[in-house]
Amino acid sequence: MFPATAPYLVGREKVREFARAVFATSPLNFDPEAARDAGYDDVVAPPTFPVVVQEATLAQLLAEPDGGIDFSLVVHGEQSFSYSRPIVAGDELVATLEVTSIKSLGGNSMVTAESTIVDAHGAHVVTATSTLVVRGDS
Amino acid sequence: MNVGDIVAERTFHLTRDSLVRYAGASGDFNPIHYRDDVAQSVGLPGVLAHGMLTMGLAVQPVVDWLDNRGVVLGYGVRFTRPVVVDPVDGATVTVVAKVGALDESETRIDLTVTYADATVLGKAQVRVSLT
Repeated sequence: MFPATAPYLVGREKVREFARAVFATSPLNFDPEAARDAGYDDVVAPPTFPVVVQEATLAQLLAEPDGGIDFSLVVHGEQSFSYSRPIVAGDELVATLEVTSIKSLGGNSMVTAESTIVDAHGAHVVTATSTLVVRGDS
Repeated sequence: MNVGDIVAERTFHLTRDSLVRYAGASGDFNPIHYRDDVAQSVGLPGVLAHGMLTMGLAVQPVVDWLDNRGVVLGYGVRFTRPVVVDPVDGATVTVVAKVGALDESETRIDLTVTYADATVLGKAQVRVSLT
């Protein structure tokens, strides 16, 4: 278990920027009015937006001095998200990383890391799980 | 709605610009996603799309289909094959979203994501709750 990351404040323009980058077209991602009509406080982030917040936790993992993980040998194997609610602009999010499994498979290592993301009230928003394949350098 | 029904389909055209845009938006500045020389030096067939970009766009047809009628409960994929983005021609990625399973509390939508006649994501599943 790693220390919690510094709070990440979700900005409206960041949500729009990310939404454009993943080819989103829903008005919920861009128009605060449309989002409010649908019952949200502000624009809604696309489903894979938590990766922006998770990034800080994976940086902690790769920076471990004794972790033995060489960034250039890392391949993203699997990714999943489990949501309690969508992220919206204005959320202040904190992520906590836990390495849940390490397996060896034919010279490669598979590391599964779970980032639990909560809001300013401590309520669960989303858990992002990544499996990284670290290629053996032989 | 029945298992096997296609609920959404969309084709995306990725260019190098798309990759630069995603790098900035996501904060993933790994140079294999924009530099041919770096991609080549680590033995890749070319500059690749971020796996998370492919994952991020693949769910969009489902988001649009859902509209305000429900929420996404979960989404997971395996990255099985890279999407190579040619500097001139780019890359075309096709997404077909089908009903994979239905029960009272949730619906599973299975995504088939294809580039150059091969699937690039494995076990790509979106769990949604329809209201």
